Amino acid sequence: MKDFEYSAPDDLQTATALLAEHGERARVLAGGTDIIVQLREGLCSADFVVDVKNIPELMALDYRAKQGLTLGASTSCSQLYEHPDLATAYPALIDAARIIGGWQIQTRASVGGNLCNSSPAADTIPPLLVHEATCLIQGQAGSREIPASEFCTGPGQNVLQPGELLVTLQLPEPAANSSSAYERFIPRNEMDIAVAGAASWIQLDASGQTIEEARIALAAVAATPVMATEAAESLRGKPATAESFAEAGELAKNAASPISDMRGTAEYRVHLCSVLTQRTLARALARIQEAGS
Amino acid sequence: MGTKQLVSTTINGEPRQFICEARQSLLEVLRDEVGLTGCKEGCNNGNCGACSVLLDGQPVNSCLVFGLEVDGKEITTIEGIAQGGEFHALQQCFLEGAALQCGICTPGFIVTAKALLDENPGASEEEIRFQLAGNLCRCTGYDKIIRAVMKAGEQMAETAAS
Amino acid sequence: MTQEIKQEYRVLGTRPIRHDGADKVTGKAIYTADVKPQSMASGFILRNPHAHARIKSIDTSAAEAMEGVLSVMTAADLPDVTDKVADLGEGTVNLSYLSHNILARDKALYRGHAVAAVAAINVHIAEEAANAIKVEYEPLESVTWVMDAMKDDAPLLHDDVFTKSGGEQSEQPSNVSVHLNFQQGDVQKGFEEADVVVEREFKMATVHQGYIEPHAVLADWNQDGRIKVWASTQGAFTCRQQTAEVLQVPLSHVTVVPCEIGGGFGGKIAIYLEPVAAVLSRKAGRPVQIVMRRNDVFEATGPTPGAFIRVKLGATKDGKLTAGEAWLAYESGAYPGGMLGPGCMCVFSCYDIPNALVDGYEVCLNKPHIKAYRAPGATQAAFACESVIDELANELGISILELQQKNAAKEGTRRVDGPVYPRVGFVECLEAAASSDHWNTPLEGENRGRGLASGFWFGCGLKSSVVASVNSDGTVNLTEGSTDIGGTRTSIAMQMAEVLGLESDDINPRVVDTDNIGYTDVTGGSRTTFATGMAAYEAGRDLQRQMTVRAADLWECKPEDIQITAGVFSANGNQANFKELATELFKAGEPLVGRATVAPECSTNGFGTHIVDVEVDTDTGKVTILRYTVIQDAGKAVHPSYVEGQLQGGAVQGIGWALNEEYFFDGCGEMRNASFLDYRMPTAYDLPMIDTIIVEAANPDHPYGVRGVGETPIVPPPAAIANAIHSAIGVRMEELPMSPPRLWKAIQQNQNGG
Repeated sequence: MKDFEYSAPDDLQTATALLAEHGERARVLAGGTDIIVQLREGLCSADFVVDVKNIPELMALDYRAKQGLTLGASTSCSQLYEHPDLATAYPALIDAARIIGGWQIQTRASVGGNLCNSSPAADTIPPLLVHEATCLIQGQAGSREIPASEFCTGPGQNVLQPGELLVTLQLPEPAANSSSAYERFIPRNEMDIAVAGAASWIQLDASGQTIEEARIALAAVAATPVMATEAAESLRGKPATAESFAEAGELAKNAASPISDMRGTAEYRVHLCSVLTQRTLARALARIQEAGS
Repeated sequence: MGTKQLVSTTINGEPRQFICEARQSLLEVLRDEVGLTGCKEGCNNGNCGACSVLLDGQPVNSCLVFGLEVDGKEITTIEGIAQGGEFHALQQCFLEGAALQCGICTPGFIVTAKALLDENPGASEEEIRFQLAGNLCRCTGYDKIIRAVMKAGEQMAETAAS
Repeated sequence: MTQEIKQEYRVLGTRPIRHDGADKVTGKAIYTADVKPQSMASGFILRNPHAHARIKSIDTSAAEAMEGVLSVMTAADLPDVTDKVADLGEGTVNLSYLSHNILARDKALYRGHAVAAVAAINVHIAEEAANAIKVEYEPLESVTWVMDAMKDDAPLLHDDVFTKSGGEQSEQPSNVSVHLNFQQGDVQKGFEEADVVVEREFKMATVHQGYIEPHAVLADWNQDGRIKVWASTQGAFTCRQQTAEVLQVPLSHVTVVPCEIGGGFGGKIAIYLEPVAAVLSRKAGRPVQIVMRRNDVFEATGPTPGAFIRVKLGATKDGKLTAGEAWLAYESGAYPGGMLGPGCMCVFSCYDIPNALVDGYEVCLNKPHIKAYRAPGATQAAFACESVIDELANELGISILELQQKNAAKEGTRRVDGPVYPRVGFVECLEAAASSDHWNTPLEGENRGRGLASGFWFGCGLKSSVVASVNSDGTVNLTEGSTDIGGTRTSIAMQMAEVLGLESDDINPRVVDTDNIGYTDVTGGSRTTFATGMAAYEAGRDLQRQMTVRAADLWECKPEDIQITAGVFSANGNQANFKELATELFKAGEPLVGRATVAPECSTNGFGTHIVDVEVDTDTGKVTILRYTVIQDAGKAVHPSYVEGQLQGGAVQGIGWALNEEYFFDGCGEMRNASFLDYRMPTAYDLPMIDTIIVEAANPDHPYGVRGVGETPIVPPPAAIANAIHSAIGVRMEELPMSPPRLWKAIQQNQNGG
């Protein structure tokens, strides 16, 4: 590995100043599970590495009813899923956090880092999308907020400018009678990158029979994680049944424009969109029903 | 370029200091600077778990942590699993259950399984398999490893209860 | 040699804790990369990125000038061994292939082919320096599929490789290096006699042994010309010989210390790093360590052959096989010399087929040089044959088990390549399968199916030496040269303990370097517990002979009057067990040292049968293994836990091979999945427990009936799983791996009537 200078600032201002000063020559280090591999294999290059795990805002994990979740960008996946309330509030996100890599990866990898790595196959991004997460970004000039759905712009690319740092993700309090699920397809049972992934969120009406609102997001089937808007909108007002889910699954395919690579063919990935959409819709429904009973 | 920095940690219960370059991983540092060669390099990119150690009690792939990141932290390696003159239940169960063949993955498995059983000694077969999915073994087919972890868990639960 | 096969043993069949166990569960065991002398330098190898390329020039000046760099080398620093051959224990080997594979000369034949190396004060500087070396390549057209490489217009790898066939060779150079042909009876007539004939074609991808420990070496070239090498190797003696030959130094100038080894499976017999580390060490004046990176292990060591196989079998309506025909094309990678032979010999090895014809071709192409992977060549052959057997059984309306039982090879059966089996245990394995709980438990549920397949591996003998030094307390230091990859130092010690009437813990086994024990062949070929164990037994006998002579003195009788029963010496009213007599003799005179060397020429003939239940997710093509049972004839299971371990481990490697493992090449002939992320080996979460049933049909060629067990378990799994998938959803898979996208596609085609 090429050598670099390491620093671990404990406040946001110092961190952003360092990032602004060194621009493209600097890289942020959170959990390290992506960036260290990339540095080691020469896929990216850094003269300065800024470890952000000592910055309190980035290590936040704050969930309150009515306020939702404030998730620091470096908070690890294992901290996330060990939190007692989040599996009920944001099940899709917890589904994803539980299956990234193995346990040894989850104790270090962060959702923020997963987002900033901006792989189209990232597992935690579709859950962020269906839960309408917002990104709080800090730069030298100040801070800005953007929806997570606008964060990724291409494979490995996002809206962060040199000198900017993702600080927290904000997830709104989930609505009543709603739940979510994330599922990915991998050839083994763990340790693989998603061949395709889907997160679904649905909200039922008071009767529990009809879908009021839905959101579906897909991983690994386009240049960025994508929302299957047509499929989600088609569910509004529909009965919460396997038939509705099947129709949505078919429509979800239209949101996919995957490539063929060593992990799967385009045709296969498109097919999986439908399968995973249906499965996650069904699981979200089951979760709502379990909570109600 | 980068200079070497001094890092102060606790390793296997003892205060230890080392100096390293920024680019040296915790795996390199433990093996090359501290002299603890029990954790192994299998892939150097977080896909096999042979380098697993506990960092503040949590299993990590030490190939994906820089040495400089562990200042002020506690590290447990395979060398710190046995207490005094006694094997840990996991070590004894691995030996009795023939849960190793070439042994290269064994330190990683024992360290990770210890973290699991410390939290949940009654972990089921499925839970154990899931939590250990990040530790690859090519020799045993996992059967005897899983059995040894389950047996150790039973023993630990009994000891805790009594 | 005395034959001792009996029913009751004191030590054999028990499960003592292995002698090296404490070190291995505490991190104390020393693997090659753990050996770090203070003065050590670190080496790094620069590798060719192209699938096939001419090397026009190499400029190492930037590396040599870099601070912290101690030495640099290329193939020019190795002696020219063109036209030299060497006998490396398994027939003659073209040394230039070995040398050029270690460092390429004029041509780089595969992506990852080593071209230069650097030693520096740390591995990071060595890497930077290696990447600063300027190599001018002229990329050439490449070929990475065996059938393509056989075509007349395929890119030619070597202009001095010709097709050898039946003692002759082709006029034109070719990628096809060997054509083998085996025949017995009259196949045409045999097929005419058949009521049912099935013929199928199969394709298999290249697959790697996947040992968790990468290749590693520490070499110290002393100023007196002596070279000491610490290596992760399955055979210190072959490592020594190859190293000495490539460096063209006297054999006796090289010492190889076999460190504890993190898996080999056949992939750590040929050398890759030793001469490079040695020369870097000579030039630097310091020991040099080289550890391969994981992607280099995939791209530049010795995977096992991808292949194309066509099998045709015919049977009467009563289920008697009448004829078998097999056509096999196996890749050998960048150089000739691969696994075709065993594949051809094994393809019909489980059955009594009076009329058979086997045609095999070995083909060079732009991949790393093929090496053995646990029963090399047999898994591929069994995938083809056992799939056709399953289909044949279906057409005949009988179970595959019944078909196998009707045609099982047994004592007296002649294999297509000639040898006639002595006493073997295949029939017993099939009986054990038939009466097993697994086979007799109904499988219920949608998309679930059960498959069965059998397999065979020769298991060889080869040479082993041991020395047994008796301690003053009557325990024994057992020195041997068989690298212990899976617990063999204990299974060997147990055999000595058995003959001497001692306990396993009374024997202190040590694996030593090439200076300290007589020649010993590799730990591989399923030979170690069998042959080195036999040597330990013989060394025990040697001790007993010596002790008998000296006891006769003590007891004032003749040596022939002394009886030894269960290790206890008695005569003339005197009686002493081993320890009692040994301690007395130690006080009375010379120390006791026993020795033995063996070179059994037989095969131990290991047969096995696997049963697997699967569930297929037809929406995704993913296969879940629900239940798996391995049945195998071990002859005599010395340490049942470690025999079970071999069965389970080999089966799981076979499961990975069946379901997900493959070398994925892109359009440029470059491997895209050279990491454990995308070369997908099974994890603990992918599997159930693996049940085992050990059959013991004693091997007449070993004092305790031991047969080699290590390799057979990897042979049946892909076929067993393919047969289970067919049983589950009626889809016959003809390509490995049967990964989800492939199976899903096959399901689609099946549903569309394709």
